[in-house]
Amino acid sequence: MIRMTYHSNKIKTGVGDRIAQVIIYLVVGIFALITLLPFLYVVAGSFATEKELTEKAFFIIPSQYSLNAYKYIMETGEVFRGLKNSLIMTTLGTTVNMFFTTTFAYPLSKKHFKGRNLILNLVIVTMLFSGGMIPMYILMGTLKLKDSFLGLALMGAISPFNMIIVKNFFQEIPKELDEAAQIDGCNDLKIFLKIVLPLSKPVISSVSLFYAVGHWNNYFNAMIYLKPDKETVQIVLRRIIVLAQGIQTDLIDFDSLGAPPDKAVKMAATVVATVPIILVYPFVQKYFTQGVMVGAVKG
Amino acid sequence: MGKEHSITRIDPVKSNKKKDTLFVYMRQHKWLYIMLLPGLLYFIIFHYVPMGGIIIAFKQYSPFTGILKSPWVGLTHFKTFFAGKDFFLVLKNTLGISLLNLIFYFPAPIILALLLNEIRSQKYKRITQTFIYIPHFVSWVIVASLTYQLFNSSDGIVNMIIKSISGNTIDFLAKPKYFKGLIVGQSIWKETGYGTIIFLAALSGVDIQLYDAARVDGAGRWKLMWHITLPAIRGTIIMMLILRTGTLLNTGYEQIFLMQNDLNRSAAEVFDTYIYKKGIINAQYSFSTAAGLFKSIVGMIMVLGSNWLAKRFGESGIY
Repeated sequence: MIRMTYHSNKIKTGVGDRIAQVIIYLVVGIFALITLLPFLYVVAGSFATEKELTEKAFFIIPSQYSLNAYKYIMETGEVFRGLKNSLIMTTLGTTVNMFFTTTFAYPLSKKHFKGRNLILNLVIVTMLFSGGMIPMYILMGTLKLKDSFLGLALMGAISPFNMIIVKNFFQEIPKELDEAAQIDGCNDLKIFLKIVLPLSKPVISSVSLFYAVGHWNNYFNAMIYLKPDKETVQIVLRRIIVLAQGIQTDLIDFDSLGAPPDKAVKMAATVVATVPIILVYPFVQKYFTQGVMVGAVKG
Repeated sequence: MGKEHSITRIDPVKSNKKKDTLFVYMRQHKWLYIMLLPGLLYFIIFHYVPMGGIIIAFKQYSPFTGILKSPWVGLTHFKTFFAGKDFFLVLKNTLGISLLNLIFYFPAPIILALLLNEIRSQKYKRITQTFIYIPHFVSWVIVASLTYQLFNSSDGIVNMIIKSISGNTIDFLAKPKYFKGLIVGQSIWKETGYGTIIFLAALSGVDIQLYDAARVDGAGRWKLMWHITLPAIRGTIIMMLILRTGTLLNTGYEQIFLMQNDLNRSAAEVFDTYIYKKGIINAQYSFSTAAGLFKSIVGMIMVLGSNWLAKRFGESGIY
């Protein structure tokens, strides 16, 4: 490697440099491939027959297609109940998040707001220190918020990190707009609803996505606080695959499909749980990258 | 108190005026204060009240007597926690995983970002970036599911390949000795790609003229990287390192919990999973609150400490 360095010093686009370039392309390409392969394999496997899955070590294109695994999942309904609960949790949770986050961030975005520093310090303390899992668990019990989607949403209503991103965005909105509206007799609430929020679509989209992905993927809190009838898709998936408890059949009559294709069903369940994230991924990628950039600029 | 009093007596008009202006300000901007209220209540109820709840670490709390009526027991729970044999096992596992993460997982996005930075074809760069960010957005449950399906010893594809070569299977999921490697591997797989973003952002701010000038002076690829690229992201690396040290005892309990089973527990029990089991499963509320408090305090000291160190070495720090 070191020799290559010196070599490339002398001849600018010499052989050594070109070899280095090829190696770099390869390493990056292989890393990208490693991130993709597990997904591709699971997708391929979910459409494959059980025979092929147990005999062949690895394949990306199954020789024989079968939709049995998906039919099986449809008929048991368990995974779809999970998806439905996850959808409720995500929608409700994100709505609660956005209400609390934007209303809290707006006053704090005003440099003239009296009490601003005190409140910001209160928030920073919570980023450094927390009561921990058990006091929160007891509190949730006392407030009768266990086993409720709303309770779970309220419990994490504001992420300080997201709140600061929103606050920084609000701060960037030109003051002149604000002043003009004030002269026209608008109060702060009106300015917030009529001027600030419409101008903040980019940050609202990205922070909503931050929150939504968080709710969709959340496992631990959903497991602790929600009872089985409110199981989210993550909990169902874990039960099927990690705990190997299989799909619990609501319907006993499965003769039409024969024995459940166990391995393919697990793969199909993984695919069904991943698809929603992949569907929103193009938006997510756009906004998340922006979000990280905004967050990186301190304010 | 006395001093304040004397000031008001000397200049009562000014002080009244100050009070008046605050009152006028608050009335003028009453909506700002009303808007602040839900968020403020959230932080008080869901952050500061649980902080107050920590007092049960010094009590013998039971749900029937309540927090206030439970008897004080002083440091009993801390003594039991530190003296118990679990403490060292949990500490060893937690620090072991954190250290492995620091050595292997922490540098991974930096290296990948440096490699991506060297790629000249924008198209190739964009396509690989699109792929490598994906795992960040899938849940730990999906990562655990994929791991189980790839590595299990009966029909996991990795073991099928190993078996076709060596004739034996390796039980990655049940043997304690593979646990830490599996966890670090999962973290690298899931977060390396996304982790590059922050470094690439820092790199995009580097003036291209610097590279051109250095190239004219005869600097090669590695010299450019060493003298221009790395210094440009030094601040970011240190900031990320601060954030990491703060989470040294926070080993990401969702990930670890999902990979635990009865067979690998000796290597897999970390603070968070231990607190969960003792507190929520076994209902030893006070004991596990004490364990949690220990963890929180150490974590806070580590963040503030490394932040202080970073400032001493001339970096900007985060707090």
